[in-house]
Amino acid sequence: MSTSQEKPVESGVNYLNATYGIRSWLLTLDHKRIGLLYLGSITLMFFVGGMAAVLMRLHLTEPQGALFEPETYNKLFSTHGIIMVFFFLVPSIPATLGNFLIPLMIGARDVAFPKLNLMSWYIFITGAALALYATLSGGVDTGWTFYPPYSSLYSHTQVVAVALGVFVAGFSSILTGLNFIVTIHKMRAPGMTWFRLPLFIWAMYATSLIFVLGTPVIAITLFLLGMERILHVGIFDPSVGGDPLLFQHLFWFYSHPAVYIMILPGMGVVSELITAFSRKKIFGYAFVAFSSLSIAVISFVVWGHHMFVTGQSIYAGLVFSVLSFLVAIPSAVKVFNWTATLYKGSISYEAPMLYALGFIGLFTIGGLTGLFLAALATDVHLNGTYFIVAHFHYVMVGGAVMAYMGGLHFWWPKITGRLYPDLWARIAAAIIFIGFNLTFFPQFVLGYLGMPRRYAIYPAEFQVLNVMSSAGASILGIGYIIPLVYFIWSMRYGPPAGKNPWGAKGLEWTTQSPPLTQNFEEIPIVTEDAYNYASEAAHV
Amino acid sequence: MMGFLQSGFDSLAAMAAMMPLQPPAASTIANSVDQLYLMLSGITIFFSVLIFSIIFYFMLKYRRKSPNESGTQTHTPMSLELTWTIIPSLICVGLFVWSSSLYVRNGRPPASSTEIFVIGKQWMWHLQHPEGPREINELHVPVGVPVKLTMTSQDVIHDFYIPAFRVKKDVLPGRYSSIWFQPTETGTFHLFCAQYCGTNHSEMIGWVYVMSPTDYAVWLAGGEKTESMAAQGERLYSQFGCGNCHSPEAGSHAPSLAGIYGKPQKMQSGETRIVDEALIRQAIYFPNSVHLPNYQSIMPTYQGQIDEEQMLQLIAYVKSLGSEERMNGK
Amino acid sequence: MSELAHGAHPQGFAHQFEDVEQQRDAGRLGMWVFLVTEILFFGGMFASYTIYRALHYESFVTGSHLLKVRFGATNTYVLIGSSLTMALAIRAAQTGKKKGQIIFWLILTMILGAAFIGIKLHYEWFRDYQEGLIPGVQWFYNGPHAPGVKMFMCFYFFMTGLHAIHMVAGLGILTVLVIMTARNKFSPEYYAPLEISGLYWHFVDIVWIFLFALLYLIGGRYPGS
Repeated sequence: MSTSQEKPVESGVNYLNATYGIRSWLLTLDHKRIGLLYLGSITLMFFVGGMAAVLMRLHLTEPQGALFEPETYNKLFSTHGIIMVFFFLVPSIPATLGNFLIPLMIGARDVAFPKLNLMSWYIFITGAALALYATLSGGVDTGWTFYPPYSSLYSHTQVVAVALGVFVAGFSSILTGLNFIVTIHKMRAPGMTWFRLPLFIWAMYATSLIFVLGTPVIAITLFLLGMERILHVGIFDPSVGGDPLLFQHLFWFYSHPAVYIMILPGMGVVSELITAFSRKKIFGYAFVAFSSLSIAVISFVVWGHHMFVTGQSIYAGLVFSVLSFLVAIPSAVKVFNWTATLYKGSISYEAPMLYALGFIGLFTIGGLTGLFLAALATDVHLNGTYFIVAHFHYVMVGGAVMAYMGGLHFWWPKITGRLYPDLWARIAAAIIFIGFNLTFFPQFVLGYLGMPRRYAIYPAEFQVLNVMSSAGASILGIGYIIPLVYFIWSMRYGPPAGKNPWGAKGLEWTTQSPPLTQNFEEIPIVTEDAYNYASEAAHV
Repeated sequence: MMGFLQSGFDSLAAMAAMMPLQPPAASTIANSVDQLYLMLSGITIFFSVLIFSIIFYFMLKYRRKSPNESGTQTHTPMSLELTWTIIPSLICVGLFVWSSSLYVRNGRPPASSTEIFVIGKQWMWHLQHPEGPREINELHVPVGVPVKLTMTSQDVIHDFYIPAFRVKKDVLPGRYSSIWFQPTETGTFHLFCAQYCGTNHSEMIGWVYVMSPTDYAVWLAGGEKTESMAAQGERLYSQFGCGNCHSPEAGSHAPSLAGIYGKPQKMQSGETRIVDEALIRQAIYFPNSVHLPNYQSIMPTYQGQIDEEQMLQLIAYVKSLGSEERMNGK
Repeated sequence: MSELAHGAHPQGFAHQFEDVEQQRDAGRLGMWVFLVTEILFFGGMFASYTIYRALHYESFVTGSHLLKVRFGATNTYVLIGSSLTMALAIRAAQTGKKKGQIIFWLILTMILGAAFIGIKLHYEWFRDYQEGLIPGVQWFYNGPHAPGVKMFMCFYFFMTGLHAIHMVAGLGILTVLVIMTARNKFSPEYYAPLEISGLYWHFVDIVWIFLFALLYLIGGRYPGS
């Protein structure tokens, strides 16, 4: 790569210290600073949602419920779901790492539309503020799925305010997706062809497609729900000819692809980490790249598998079942290619790599347990039970959050220019891995035994497994607090990271840490494929 | 200290004894679902162990030995990519065929099923047997007899779930859904609502009592004497004056209901619909939307006057008309 | 460094791009992606509408006949006209006509857009209000198929309301364009904002044509058809 020769003296100016003051942050057009604005906001949302989860697990240590009235418990799980899905997982990797890295990785000075990018953040925090306001002023008890007619006619909680918050935040997703698509199409550095792009970019591209195609539908769905709730016009009310199942169709048309909004960026991050820490070209580049796109496409035609027990026709059930099996295949291809990338690599085990390996393992379990739910006969038994809860937490937390943590650890030196204590990071990774499995593995058994989800109280025979799960949750909670501490510590006291602490490939590692406001001294010219670890033996 | 540990250990052991790993399998389909479940678990364990062990092996074998070392670059053989695309595809196809055929087979109730009616409302289950007895949050059924449940909801979406029978179906307002099962052993089993339905969702639970046929007969005969559902329906039929138009003597205002159930009926639009629970319900609540040729749309709606429970009784009556007609005509 | 990059270039050139060409391509692609989003946005509404129309066909026909088709048709002509004037404005910029001419066509477009909203508000929605045809606000329709007609009117107001919001946004964009033209921002080499806004304006017109056909023209308007 053209800019790989070291400058003897670095100027000391970078995007973090180029300008000062709160205004310079709140009015910034720099994609890196906007990424950090998102990082701050979603970290806050993560701990709010996490607090709800901890309270839920504490409550469930006793069959009759240890802490709350059912009404409060219902509000807790709804808050947990809504905050975590719409205000943490969906924006997590795209809005933070994606914003920070896409221009750096493709050799651009910024995203295509910086003002739009800043506007997206303001839209996001407006939505988040609405959701938080609704939570504090009475909460919402519909679950994150907002199924009518409960949400439209029966619930006495702040449904409209929360739905409005999600609606508003949706536009942030749409504009971010639009920005990324245009950036990836039009802003690549000379020589950066499509098949030289890092796989993280492919994943972000696939994610952006879903943002742009799926989010408008959830927006219109929530609009209809809000109108129905305010005006009682009967769109989802069967007593006047409406159809409550229409809501479910529209909802899952977005919300199933949204699952891939959460996991695809994680897959992109893991592709980067695996190659960097085994210093090897990714195995089957084209297969990994195209599997991202095929996942994005297929994800739009599998929504009906959320509705196998609603009484949809048997033929619809069969079609959605076979399509849901189909979506497993590109995911399997990815797992095999990552594993094969390790073969004959030069593998080291810094914290990001531990997260990446943890991701592969947990995602494998999460993906395979998805087969139980694509299969009609077993889905009938498992739908609506804790099996579902366990399955999607293996994908969302074991998958997406592990990858997010891995990515944050990997690019932290680039973002802040500082190193964090690796030993602590490894300890935290191990604690998270153990706590996670202890929390969610028992839930598979609970689900098979028949314990329905969203139960504030439950029959006594389920207690042991619930206590195990709650114990795991407390370990998991500690695991998430440790990184918060050392990341903050490292911003001030961490040793300087240098340009490329991992000896990794990719344009982002060729510029200084933290990068300049305009990213590169001059726009690089790309002359080689991604992950070309064969070209140089020596690193840094 | 030791005593404390000991008692803790004892209580743990007692709890473990209380903790089953498999739900009871008490219906004719339960074992077939469990077999598929075991197969899926086997596949999950096999591939997870495979991936984990390969990762561990590579981690040890190819760990970085010196800081400047690079990986040995390998070529991507097409054959390998195809192998691990095709093998999972075949497994998926196999699983799809297995699970779908099971689902289709399990979905069809035998013709000989007894029918029990279920109404879900926040936050309880109302059930009524055709012989008349009503139950709340309890369901008594005889062992070895196929039972079909016809279900509807009075308010929000509920879901009728009996884990031991491996059956579950959403219970929706404004339409009828049905499931069936044939219990294979006597006992008491959980009944859950599996679709979140509001504040006391977790209290919308109950028990299914599977009894020997003799015990069931005793149970049916015991308790308060009640009329059959069809008889209750007949009383409603006269109370609301349905017969003023719908009896054969009333002239040509409205079709006679005798023998109409289960038969195809030509609509004004030209399409043909089978007269089933849904159509009867639609005709009573939304008469404007059911046009028959040769009849004017003059029937008023009974929405708000007839509730879901009475609706089911009326349906039972209309059904019984069919059989009486045949008997009388003999 | 960055201050210089952000503000100093004339002709609306932004620092993150290599050249004007790249900027124009990016803008154009961005607008197309946005329009795809918009199609999905209206698409969710159209899909719901189609399903309910199939479920309650007769009610929807009854509801459709309550609409003021004459004003709907007038508005269709008005909007098609505004598309023409918008295209002429772009053409004028492209061929380097005087800025007065560009502004003339833009303002004509705005007048037609405003006329659309005026007709919609005064001759349709206001009369609907007087006749009690607005569900949840003012509703005293008690003719045949009342629940289904209510559903139809809901969709009518959601869909045309959503469209009207897009029209208002379009008028805002046109105002900005007029100001930019007046300040000599455009030239035959650089008129991307005009072109991109034109795409948006045409899209909003096309949506209306679908709405008009779907809402006003179902079930046969005239006896004998």
